[in-house]
Amino acid sequence: MDWIEIITAVFILIGGLFTLIGSIGLSRLPDFYMRLHAPTKATTLGLGALLLASMIHFTSLRGYFSIHELLITFFLLITAPVSAHMMAKAGLHVKTRVEDSTRGLEVRDAAKRRNEENADDYQP
Amino acid sequence: MENTRRFRFLPMPMHSVLLFMVWLLLNNTLALGHLLLAAFLALAIPLLVAPLQHTQPSVRRPLLAVKQVLLVLGDIVKANIEVAILVMGPLSRMKPGFVAVPLDIERELPITLLASTISLTPGTVSCELSKDRRFLYIHALNLVDEEELITTIKERYEAPLKEIFGC
Repeated sequence: MDWIEIITAVFILIGGLFTLIGSIGLSRLPDFYMRLHAPTKATTLGLGALLLASMIHFTSLRGYFSIHELLITFFLLITAPVSAHMMAKAGLHVKTRVEDSTRGLEVRDAAKRRNEENADDYQP
Repeated sequence: MENTRRFRFLPMPMHSVLLFMVWLLLNNTLALGHLLLAAFLALAIPLLVAPLQHTQPSVRRPLLAVKQVLLVLGDIVKANIEVAILVMGPLSRMKPGFVAVPLDIERELPITLLASTISLTPGTVSCELSKDRRFLYIHALNLVDEEELITTIKERYEAPLKEIFGC
């Protein structure tokens, strides 16, 4: 077995592990806001590791640099936080249930109020 | 907007470079045909979309920006491991909470970058920006010390952004 294959295998395993943990978090965490954390973070690293494995594998296989995986990473890093932000905003708007132990609920209510003020002031 | 007058056929130089590279990366090639096509797209698309642009603050300190990107990438790896441990551990140990972070930066682009950075790094997701752009409301997965979290965000992520954009 080639050492490049070993490195590729290690990255694929890391990627798979983090993607799995992200999915477990998605089903295991108790409320909406906490669940948002799993896909924005664990999955980013999981996919990053998988793409790194792909880059190493195809670069060694074809003999020239295969770096268009970088684009996927780049787009993911741009879109993941934006979609998480929009979902959190929607969660505030419909007053999603939160875990009882959550602190700083007054901050959430302030954020929610701002949201409504925004909607009132909105003039197209 | 003075810049756009000076480079009439290249209204957004940075965007042109980015488009050129993205096209070549998408096709994963350096063939002559694709180089020409990339050059054409990099010139044509900015000309078409330039009138839609809002002026954004430009990067004043590119080296610091590169340093900050690397720091954030390192933090993303750390954040992932931390969140993975939290997720797999006992759930009762977690203390979720909302925090309002006061902002010093005012322009849209730096605030967007800060909010994205916060969402990608240790146990925090940005939820909402107050109307006057003074506060960013965030949700923390495991809120240990509110003050400490705010200080970390302000010093580690906001201060460099402020310096990079010179505002």
